[in-house]
Amino acid sequence: MSVYLAFKEVWRNLGRYLLFSLVIALITILVLFIAALAGGLANANKQLIEKLDADLLVYQENVDLQVTSSRLGNQALRELRRIPGVESAGPLGFASATIVFDDSREPLDISMVGVEPGKPGDPALIEGTGLRSRRANDAVIDVSIARQTGLSLGDRFTLRTIQGTEEEYYTLMVVGITDERQYFFQPSIFMPLATWEKIKPQAAPASDQETIYNVLAVQLEQPEQAQAVVRVIAERVAGIEVTDKQTAIEALPGYSAQQSTLNTQQAFTLLIGVLVVGGFFQIQTLQKVAQIGVLKAIGSSSGSVALAVMLQIILVTIIGVGIGALGTLLLSLGLPGNIPIVFTGASVIGALALLLSIGPLGGLVSIRLALRIDPLTAIGLSS
Amino acid sequence: MKAALRTEEVTKIYGSENASVIAVDHVSLEILPGEFVALVGPSGSGKTSMLAMLAALLSPTSGKIFIGDEELGRMGEKQRARFRREKLGFTFQANNLVPYLTARENVELMLRLNGQLDKVGKARAQELLDRLGLAERLNNLPSQLSGGQQQRVAIARALVHNPEVVLADEPTAALDTERAFQVVETFANLIHEQNRAGIMVTHDLRMTRYVDKIIQMVDGKIQQVISDPAQIEAVALTGSLVSVSQPVALPDFELASNRIRFSEFAMSAA
Ligand SMILES: Nc1ncnc2c1ncn2[C@@H]1O[C@H](COP(=O)(O)OP(=O)(O)O)[C@@H](O)[C@H]1O
Ligand SMILES: [Mg+2]
Repeated sequence: MSVYLAFKEVWRNLGRYLLFSLVIALITILVLFIAALAGGLANANKQLIEKLDADLLVYQENVDLQVTSSRLGNQALRELRRIPGVESAGPLGFASATIVFDDSREPLDISMVGVEPGKPGDPALIEGTGLRSRRANDAVIDVSIARQTGLSLGDRFTLRTIQGTEEEYYTLMVVGITDERQYFFQPSIFMPLATWEKIKPQAAPASDQETIYNVLAVQLEQPEQAQAVVRVIAERVAGIEVTDKQTAIEALPGYSAQQSTLNTQQAFTLLIGVLVVGGFFQIQTLQKVAQIGVLKAIGSSSGSVALAVMLQIILVTIIGVGIGALGTLLLSLGLPGNIPIVFTGASVIGALALLLSIGPLGGLVSIRLALRIDPLTAIGLSS
Repeated sequence: MKAALRTEEVTKIYGSENASVIAVDHVSLEILPGEFVALVGPSGSGKTSMLAMLAALLSPTSGKIFIGDEELGRMGEKQRARFRREKLGFTFQANNLVPYLTARENVELMLRLNGQLDKVGKARAQELLDRLGLAERLNNLPSQLSGGQQQRVAIARALVHNPEVVLADEPTAALDTERAFQVVETFANLIHEQNRAGIMVTHDLRMTRYVDKIIQMVDGKIQQVISDPAQIEAVALTGSLVSVSQPVALPDFELASNRIRFSEFAMSAA
């Protein structure tokens, strides 16, 4: 009964309901794009750290987990490797540089990451042999660099950095390609720490001092024992701070602020969705008071009339969200590649679930109204 | 014969203790199967309130209503809805039909509500619509039908599920005179043929031409009941109640205490 009435009404007023589905579709597109943007921005920030083959990260003490402020030396590394439960530890040095070409290709800003070959931080490869020695002018490039520049295994390329007041140029050879690992909105190049030390931008050209790096990536024998190991590390190694990857990611400059801004935006968009759906069906139901009165007077139960309204809301919402999801798909295919949007299964499904709930939520008020309409209105009396 | 509808001292009082209106005042009446009754009276006399109580839409303040063997007062909300869809048929003054259903679907809706939309039911709906001259209009939406056609669809809907009692609230209010007569005549014929009890509230006394009984209400009470065919015809012809007391041909009819031309009230009737 309810199904029959609900569908007949939609069918005979197709234009109106479709128009409304389109409004929901637009809200859907907006919400999905915000989610994708949040995902893209998050990736651009955290991808490298997220993909690190480490259970813990070690920073210098009192730097608020800021990578660029943190400076660690050999002492910390040696001490850490002796801690029971630590499988291995690898130093990581971060800096920025630019790949330049002698042909017409655009220079490309990248994150240069110094790692110890074979130790945590040395990335898994898609192809190539990887970093061989601690001093070679080798580099593992992230696949997006390969895509953007056309560099491939065995190619040589030039990195430009500023040292002192001079621009310095270094030539490296591609010995491996790893998956996408953005750090700070830039794709990454991995190289031996000693090479990194030599190339990285600095006030004066590198001397023969001890190598200073930024953080330590630590692999544990038993990752589930992380808490205990953290305690031991804190006791035995002075001047450091230990954390897990998630905390490290949240401490990345701007990361939390960006994510909460986008989440708030998404929440507001959903709220607007609830209000729009609510308003539409409230107006719709108000216009139908007489009609619903007649339906109840001739013997439809209040429940079945309200159910019909709910079914319409659900139908319109599902169609709207469906069109919106499809539209988002088409739009995202047409977008240029440099916009940082990433649709992850989890965030899309989460957003879609929320979107599907805005209809029924917004419709609650009109359901209440439909339930309350007195069949006496059919004969022009009020109770 | 056993009454299809019977009321015992039905009273409806609106409002609170100190500001109350007695809309229906101890009304007792009986309507037999196959009987078509007009409920008339000036505006405010309690017709609509009476109809609402008979329709199980409004509870009497006191008194009892029986339809068939069932007493309405004993029913809860759900039971009343069920009772309305099974035992009653309705036509309303306005907004009668479901706007997004065709003529046929509106009639079949009653069967659907009762889970009776089978071959027999569909044939009945079709036959009724044919009888009411709507054979060409089956698939039209209400917005594509004239007022008279809409009322006729409503009449088919009111009868299609074989209700015990058919209640019509001002069925001719929106129609011109000629259409109104046609609609009421067909209505009366169907009620007689199908042996239903029919009650029509109307303020147009000319529409009483096809009824078996006129019940006149004034101030919530039954003022008079006219069941003599000659008197009914006189009322219908003149369109007024007072005129029936004038012809010498009707000596037994007294209206001395109430010499009011009903048509004056009709002008302001709600
Ligand atoms: N909901 C209500 N509250 C208070 N008084 C009402 C209500 N409905 C009707 N009345 C009063 O009851 C009386 C009968 O009204 P009604 O049944 O509508 O008569 P009719 O249909 O003959 O015009 C009138 O005096 C009217 O003002
Ligand atoms: Mg009235």
